[in-house]
Amino acid sequence: MKSAHVFEAEETVAGYDNETIIHGVNLSIPSNKISVMIGANACGKSTLLKTMARLIKPSSGQITLDGQSIDKIPAKQLARVLGMLPQSPIVPEGITVSDLVGRGRFPHQSFFGGWSKKDYEAVAEAMDIMNVTALSDNHIDELSGGQRQRVWIAMALAQQTDILFLDEPTTFLDITYQVEILDLLTDLNQKYGTTIVMVLHDINLSARYADHIFALKQGQLLAEGEPSKVMTSALIKEIFGLDCTVIKDPISGSPSIVPIGRHHVYDDIFSLNKGKSVTS
Amino acid sequence: MSSLSDRQEHQKLSTIPKNFKVVLFIGLVLLGISVVASLAFGSRWVSVHELMEGLFYQNTDSYGGNVVRKRVPRTVFSLFCGAALGVSGALMQAVTRNPIADPSILGVNMGASLFVVCGITFLQITTANQYIWLALVGAMITAVFVFSIGSMGRGGATPLKLVLAGAATSAALSSLVTAIMLPRSYVMDQFRFWQVGSVGSANWDGIMLFIPFLIVGILIGFLTAPALNALALGDEVASVMGIRTGILRLMAAVAAVLLCGATTALAGPIGFVGLLSAHVIRLILGPNLRYIIPLSALSGAIILTISDCIGRLLGGTGELEVGVVTAFTGAPILILLAMKLRVRSL
Repeated sequence: MKSAHVFEAEETVAGYDNETIIHGVNLSIPSNKISVMIGANACGKSTLLKTMARLIKPSSGQITLDGQSIDKIPAKQLARVLGMLPQSPIVPEGITVSDLVGRGRFPHQSFFGGWSKKDYEAVAEAMDIMNVTALSDNHIDELSGGQRQRVWIAMALAQQTDILFLDEPTTFLDITYQVEILDLLTDLNQKYGTTIVMVLHDINLSARYADHIFALKQGQLLAEGEPSKVMTSALIKEIFGLDCTVIKDPISGSPSIVPIGRHHVYDDIFSLNKGKSVTS
Repeated sequence: MSSLSDRQEHQKLSTIPKNFKVVLFIGLVLLGISVVASLAFGSRWVSVHELMEGLFYQNTDSYGGNVVRKRVPRTVFSLFCGAALGVSGALMQAVTRNPIADPSILGVNMGASLFVVCGITFLQITTANQYIWLALVGAMITAVFVFSIGSMGRGGATPLKLVLAGAATSAALSSLVTAIMLPRSYVMDQFRFWQVGSVGSANWDGIMLFIPFLIVGILIGFLTAPALNALALGDEVASVMGIRTGILRLMAAVAAVLLCGATTALAGPIGFVGLLSAHVIRLILGPNLRYIIPLSALSGAIILTISDCIGRLLGGTGELEVGVVTAFTGAPILILLAMKLRVRSL
């Protein structure tokens, strides 16, 4: 079981060059759970994720791991606790699956970079968890989008961190692969207790797979908590500006969003919902 | 399961490229051939007997034996320069994440050249000891200059912008070198190879001077290879793994500049060797720098030494500078690679 950590953002303000994107966020990542950050495009989900992973330096406030500012933790040591798969990593031309996954071992290797038995085991285990062992000699360019994404996650797993961040791990994937990836990540969380924090676009999959939701709007944390408590039509209206009705997902029992547009709406439901949002 | 199957599993997962041993073997054979060719061929070909005599007998009166002995430093020097350029090319390609980076394409060789020519012309510098430092300063300044020009604007230092900045800088520096040398026949006569690159004037003093740079540069290359492998997956991935990308790039760039700067100081600007040797190895072995860097040293040594032999053979009684040979063979290959690159990025 992966060890528990207190991982927090305190009054964090961050952004790029002259543009502030995160405006004072306080949050604590639930340990050994799956958390999902949701919000409209450009609300700062990815920026917050990157700031917490030390890719962006907060302009004020701080990120702390077990009470210590992450700036003060030696880079390689932090890399053994916190891993992250960014949104668009680069695939070196002609790289094989095992070579790519193996590169995740860097934080565990000495300056001379020798490969120990532990390294091989970690790589084998990561490939096993993500179900890519059979592909180990294949070139990445030959793989499907879903396989490729599993290989990248295996690379991040080879780093053997207690906390794993994923920035939109399912974007651009077919629905089949989205579910496959999220199932594998849930396996990982249940079997090893890995704390997972990710940004997802699909609201309903977020509600189904998350233990904890962070809802962001314009760089601020609007709501957080269990999906069944936070996911209300009022919240969705607030963060996405979208009318919707929330039903119970018939498969998982988690909240499921049914959007209401201007067309294809039964007249009575539309007026019903409209009436609701006016009164609320 | 038994430990045997464990071991097999580990071997299956090994990150050693599949054909590494074959490539290493072929490389060593080619290296042997190029060494023999470099000792035996030239304006006067020597027999096997003369070759042995020149190499293994202390005192020989035979003309052929002496010819061979004269060619020993030249051969050693071209092997070393080739190795340096190969590693330098591999490092530059890794640092800029650009498959067609090379000390000559990025203008670094020409910067070193200009400084040496200026030193000779204006400061009356005459010893290799002095101009190796000049060359390094020139290489360093040019590298910084090209990199800052290439990083301007959106998207930072993209491969294309870097190559354009390098090509423009190289052209400008090269015309400066010509402008300084042309009216001064003494500079022209003695150091005309600073325009083209040559290993013909090699001597043991120069080689001794060169060795420390070669060792330091290659050592840094070896030590940074695992981190550069992570950097190849993107700056974000590398940072998450605890790598300070700025410092890593700087270290690798310094090693690359040391290697090509020292080479340029002693042999003049030799183009395309770095590009070719690293590229060929990557094409065969894949993108793992822990193997690309040592084997680029090997392929660089082979390419430069063979090119030097070809130059001697083509030149008739005189000889063609090795820089001319590499430019002639390298330029068309660069064009091919650039076309392939463009097709892929479209």
